[in-house]
Amino acid sequence: MIRQLVVLASGFLFAIGLGISEMTRPEKVLSFLNVFGDWDPSLAFVMGGAIVVYAAALQLAGRREGPKFGKEFHIPKIKEITPSLLIGSALFGVGWGLAGFCPGPALVASAALVEPALYFLPAMIAGILLHRYTVERRKTG
Amino acid sequence: MTEFATEFTPVAAAIGGALIGLAAALMLLFEGRIAGISGILDGVFRRRGDEEAPPAWQAVFIGGMALGGLVLLVVQGSVERDFVMTNLELSPLLVIVAGLLVGFGTRLGSGCTSGHGVCGIPRLSGRSIVATLTFMAVAVATVFVTNHVFGFGGLS
Repeated sequence: MIRQLVVLASGFLFAIGLGISEMTRPEKVLSFLNVFGDWDPSLAFVMGGAIVVYAAALQLAGRREGPKFGKEFHIPKIKEITPSLLIGSALFGVGWGLAGFCPGPALVASAALVEPALYFLPAMIAGILLHRYTVERRKTG
Repeated sequence: MTEFATEFTPVAAAIGGALIGLAAALMLLFEGRIAGISGILDGVFRRRGDEEAPPAWQAVFIGGMALGGLVLLVVQGSVERDFVMTNLELSPLLVIVAGLLVGFGTRLGSGCTSGHGVCGIPRLSGRSIVATLTFMAVAVATVFVTNHVFGFGGLS
C-alpha cells in the first residue's frame, strides 16, 4: 500500500512540476523551440532544475545496494548509438515541434481536458501500439 | 513577434523542474525505475508479467499524473495562472499527425524528454545525450520550417 502511494505521489508531483513550469502549455514549449523567433528559454531552466535534483538522487542511489522497495535499480545497460535511437528521436522531434506536446505534458493536459491534448493523446497511444506491432514484433520474431 | 509568444519565467521553470526531478528521484530511490513517461505509458498497455509492484506500477504512476492534471485545472482559476490551458488554435489533423509521430518516435528511440532528458543526461548516458540533442535540434528545425517558412505552425 505504501509502495503504491509513493508511486502515485511521484506521478502527481511530476504533473504539478510540469504545470508550474507551464510545460503543459504547447505555446510555452513551442516558444522555447522557436530559437529563430521570439525565444523563451524557460524550458532549459526546467530541464536544468530537474537534472540537478536527479543528479543528487543518482549519487544517493550509487551508495545503496538497491531501491527501498524494488529488487534492483533498472538502469538501461545498452550503450550503442543505434539507427533506431537516431531515427526515433528525430521522428519524435518532428511531432514535438508540430504540436508542442511531449508524452508527459500530453497526459497531464488531457486529464485537464485541454482540447488539443484530447486529440494528441489517443494518436500518441496509437503511435506506441503501431511501433509495438510493427518494429518490435519483427525484432522479436 | 507573434501573439502566442510566451514570457521567460526562469523561477517558475526552475521550481517546476526541481519538482519533476524530485518525482523522478522518488521513482529511482523507492522503486529503482526510470521515470520515462513514454516507457511508462507503453507499460500500461502491456499484459502484466513479472512486475514487482502490484498492481502494475505504471498505471498507478499515470493515475498520479492524471490526478495532478485535474488539480492543476481546479487550482489555475483561483490563482490566476495558466497551468493547463492553451490559446493556440492547432488544426486537429496536425495534432493527430504529431501525436502519432511522438508515440512511434519515442518508442523507436527508447525514450522522450523525461527518460532521455531528465533521467538520462545526469547519468551521462551517451545514448540519452545523443537522443536529446537529436529531438531538440529536429524540433527546433520543425518549428522554424512550419512557422517561419510555411506559416502553418502553431505559433503563426
